[in-house]
Amino acid sequence: MLNRTLIPESRQVNEINFIAPAQQQLDNGIKVFTLNAGKQELVRIEFVLENVNWDPSKPLQSNAVNHLINNGTNTLTAAQIADQVDYYGAFLQTEYGADQSTIKVYTLTKHLKSVLPILWSILNDSIFPQQELDIFKLNQQQSLKVSLQKNDFLARKNFAAVLFGNTTYGSGISLEDYQAIQREDLLGYFRAGYQPANCTVFVAGKFEQPEFDLLNAVFGQEWSNNEKAVVNHFEFPDHQKGDLFIERPEAIQSAIRMGTLTVNRTHPDFAGFQVLNCLLGGYFGSRLMANIREDKGYTYGIGSAVVSMKHSGYFFIATEVGADVCGKAMEEIEKEIGLLQNELIPAGELDLVRNYMLGSMLGSLENAFSHADKFKNIYFSGLDYSYYDDYIKTVKNISSLELQELAKRYLNTDNFIKVIVGKK
Amino acid sequence: MVDFNRFTLANGLRVLVHEDDTTPMAVLNILYDVGARDEEEGKTGFAHLFEHLMFGGSVNIPVYDEPLQRVGGENNAFTSNDITNYYITLPATNIETAFWLESDRMLSLAFSEKSLETQRNVVCEEFKQRYLNQPYGDVWLKLRPLAYTTHPYRWATIGQDLAQIENAKMEDVKAFFHKHYNPLNAILVVGGNVKTADIKEMAEKWFGPIPSGTAYERRLPAEPQQTEARSQTVHAEVPLNGLYMAFKMPARRDPEYQVFDLLSDVLSQGHSARLYQRLLKDQQLFSDIHAYITSSLDEGLFVIEGKLSEGVSMEDAEKAVWKELQEIASQPVTVDELTKVKNKSESIMVFAEMSLLDKAMNLAYYELLGDANGLNTEIDKYLAVEAAAIQNAAARTFIPAQCSILYYLTAKDA
Repeated sequence: MLNRTLIPESRQVNEINFIAPAQQQLDNGIKVFTLNAGKQELVRIEFVLENVNWDPSKPLQSNAVNHLINNGTNTLTAAQIADQVDYYGAFLQTEYGADQSTIKVYTLTKHLKSVLPILWSILNDSIFPQQELDIFKLNQQQSLKVSLQKNDFLARKNFAAVLFGNTTYGSGISLEDYQAIQREDLLGYFRAGYQPANCTVFVAGKFEQPEFDLLNAVFGQEWSNNEKAVVNHFEFPDHQKGDLFIERPEAIQSAIRMGTLTVNRTHPDFAGFQVLNCLLGGYFGSRLMANIREDKGYTYGIGSAVVSMKHSGYFFIATEVGADVCGKAMEEIEKEIGLLQNELIPAGELDLVRNYMLGSMLGSLENAFSHADKFKNIYFSGLDYSYYDDYIKTVKNISSLELQELAKRYLNTDNFIKVIVGKK
Repeated sequence: MVDFNRFTLANGLRVLVHEDDTTPMAVLNILYDVGARDEEEGKTGFAHLFEHLMFGGSVNIPVYDEPLQRVGGENNAFTSNDITNYYITLPATNIETAFWLESDRMLSLAFSEKSLETQRNVVCEEFKQRYLNQPYGDVWLKLRPLAYTTHPYRWATIGQDLAQIENAKMEDVKAFFHKHYNPLNAILVVGGNVKTADIKEMAEKWFGPIPSGTAYERRLPAEPQQTEARSQTVHAEVPLNGLYMAFKMPARRDPEYQVFDLLSDVLSQGHSARLYQRLLKDQQLFSDIHAYITSSLDEGLFVIEGKLSEGVSMEDAEKAVWKELQEIASQPVTVDELTKVKNKSESIMVFAEMSLLDKAMNLAYYELLGDANGLNTEIDKYLAVEAAAIQNAAARTFIPAQCSILYYLTAKDA
């Protein structure tokens, strides 16, 4: 007779294999990192450009360039670009981040030859037509108006603004910022930001020497842009603390977001802090979920995260809770943080988190794309694969005492910014 | 190509195995053939509430998540109007833990009062977060009962209102479980770094002893043919006017399903699509516009939704949409357009093979449709579609008397 109360035997993950990319160079010096893996005949190519020349009076400059770069060149209209990309079943995406701007294409490898020239035109000959800019400005404002009605969006926006002030990390975009965008500013940024000196290419999927030769033939030549540019650099010595309450009388839920500046990936405490974060609010079984969702039923979800950026890092907790229980939820969050500072984490719970995090790391290396993403993380932090070795060692070995120390060092709620949008 | 082996246990449970040795992970996906369409009126939202209760402990295992996380696994689930799907991802060496957990909750739940009370609250907060406390969040709560008068697709998976969830009783929960959660009503897919022989052994060991249960006979009322245009106007504290148009379209298993999917792609797939290029870029009537299909197992919906640009009248915006629908109903799509949407479909199918979880979920869903191998032959159905078929489908579908329109207006336009 089967005994269903006995848990089957299991093993901790002890081997995690990272695939490192091959490094090559185009004729003009652009570095290309290639992860040639996978059975499918497809490829993802990313052109990653460092953000440059930050001008706080034009907070949307680099963002708008990234967004509009596929909206018209010397030889192709926006409609023609869209038509050609779609015709080959490819996906062209632009992605704007606080540190880098990315242009990426997903395509079946057999169509690469047809797709690359479109990308070349975009990265070299974009003209940012006035009409496309006008449509962009209007539609982005419309979309922002909808977002401004969302409590979680307001909480996120205001939290970042307090944390990072007038930099690209914190800049709270307003409707007026969209109105102020000028075509000349876009062209100026394009000439400075989109050039080989500022560009790194990451390739993942089916990509062999013939495909590299194709890439080199198109992108290894001299690019159009070469204006002087200074890569953005920010410092955040300290930030404002305290509470921010934005009242929305009709709210039936309140959005809560609280947290603080903290270390990023380059700091030796980062891996340990990720273990602490996981335990507090980083997975479904976390203390915050167990208490505030599964025990109290105050919310559909609550979580915490540590975010690593190039020039900073931050920790936050976010949730949306019933408006009537907002105060109680705040108390419970602070209580959970206090417990981490005042009591040692039981061995059973810590073992569970170790195993969960190792399984999760193993599962996050699913395909060529995810291996490439893991490499980008360390590459842009100036680290190498020993970072992951150290991370795994820390997850396996960190003690309850060390985690308690980290909680005292990094989770001092007196230093937190606490934003509530809705009702208290 | 997604290879698989298939066998059925004596109790009727269908099992599929997809071996993929490129990953150290495994996925266990279990699809129950029950969704919101199987609920009774007055007790709606139940399939979804029940999905939450499936994590509240089973007959021999007091907590579900903890032992799974302890072996490095993760899980989640979703409920739609048609199905409820549960999935686990974990290191392949620990796959038996997934069998242990999933088989015990198919055998029987713990039916804990505390769990029911908590999950009622959690689902109510989910209802608020996703449907009530968001601009335009309640669109589907309004559009479904407008488009369907009779079929249970007239309610959303979250349910008709908060009260029905608040009133859920333990006896309802038990009845729902006995009716729908048994081997005859489920499809199990295991994928990843596993061997079919081992999976067969584990399936026999853990799921084999579970009684078959009674097969559920689905007898849903058919939606009568719509013969009159329907519309509803809503005013809310939203910044932009919204237009939502819904037409009936064939069920997922209908041989014409792929024709309708491509029809929606010509209108709305990518930035080169007609609605985006013409109505958003050229005429600037909308700041956002999409066409999509619900892919429902019974008669589904073809939906066009858009947010109007400021200063544009609803009348002009709607007229422009009708003009596009009439054009595609009266002239064949161009050769390039057809090639384009077929190429895109091919791409999407190949990219879906990048994810182990997607492969496992797709196998389960195609098995539900009739044959898991349909996943591998699906693309041929798309490639076989001709321009005339798309035009013909559009002509039969985009008729005012078969349209349900929701005008979602800003309070200031009241």
